[in-house]
Amino acid sequence: MSTSKTAFYCTEEPHPENGTLLGFWIYLMSDCFIFASLFACNAVLGQNYAAGPSGKDLFDLPLLAVNTAMLLLSSVTFGFAMLAMAKDRKRATLAWLAVAGVFAAAFVGLEINEFIHMVAEGAGPDRSAFLSSFFTLVGTHGLHVSLGIIWLLTLMVQVGRYGLTADNRRRLYCLGMFWHFLDLIWVGVFSFVYLVGVLR
Amino acid sequence: MNRSSGKVHTHAADHRQVHGHEAGQQDAHATLKGYLTGFVLAAVLTAIPFWLVMDHVIQSKETTILVVLALGAVQIVVHMVYFLHMNTTSESGWNMLALIFTLVLVVIVLGASIWVMHNENANMMPMSPQYAHHKMGS
Repeated sequence: MSTSKTAFYCTEEPHPENGTLLGFWIYLMSDCFIFASLFACNAVLGQNYAAGPSGKDLFDLPLLAVNTAMLLLSSVTFGFAMLAMAKDRKRATLAWLAVAGVFAAAFVGLEINEFIHMVAEGAGPDRSAFLSSFFTLVGTHGLHVSLGIIWLLTLMVQVGRYGLTADNRRRLYCLGMFWHFLDLIWVGVFSFVYLVGVLR
Repeated sequence: MNRSSGKVHTHAADHRQVHGHEAGQQDAHATLKGYLTGFVLAAVLTAIPFWLVMDHVIQSKETTILVVLALGAVQIVVHMVYFLHMNTTSESGWNMLALIFTLVLVVIVLGASIWVMHNENANMMPMSPQYAHHKMGS
């Protein structure tokens, strides 16, 4: 493209041609607010046990460590899928996406298992304000991860059928942002809700 | 007018090649080394707080809580840099601007909510364990 004298705009300035990634980032920021308010709830209500069990009685830290590892591995394997995609290797991309999906499914499975155990012990969301805020925050995060898995499967079908087209790449970048964002939120959850919850 | 609108058209078409404008920008940041560095840092920053809490390394609870939260904050930055590839230039800086805007609002929302709600909560009528037990019906 030549810079002619008739050009009335700056031809060299980079600008988002279609703002999907920026728009998706702004969506993530709004999602950040949902979690921020749920964290605030947990910060305030986290010690209102109503004579019920506290975090110290309920949280299984070794299991939490495994759970955290699952989500981190899922995040990094999704990154490997992005690297394979950058090299136009469709099968490797699909394989890494599958690995990331399996790790995320393991995470959700362990979390559902934890919830079932807590409810069975009489420590359900209706037991105390602490447990209400706990189930809402952790449950919202788990729901996000579950929906992410559905999105991942959808895109795997898309990539399998139509290949690594420009549209599919853009979609995978969005899913990647979503995926890493959820891992980032989980750092806050395990640090603030679980580890600090056990201490106080 | 015709000339310039034609120009705009080719300008847009330039970016819609195989990889797409945005995708190309992102590709440049993602490297195997980056992901592995992020993974190792995140693993270490996860292991330390678990170790601190599970083995009761620090005597003072308050200090442990502060250290755990500080390590969590550091890990969030690690995730943003190595996994989300945040930097000041992506999307002409709009990503960073949106992030800063969000952080400011989150600090206001979190800080103010915790402040106000904590006061409200502290001023609630105290509930005795017996009453709570009776009310819950369990």
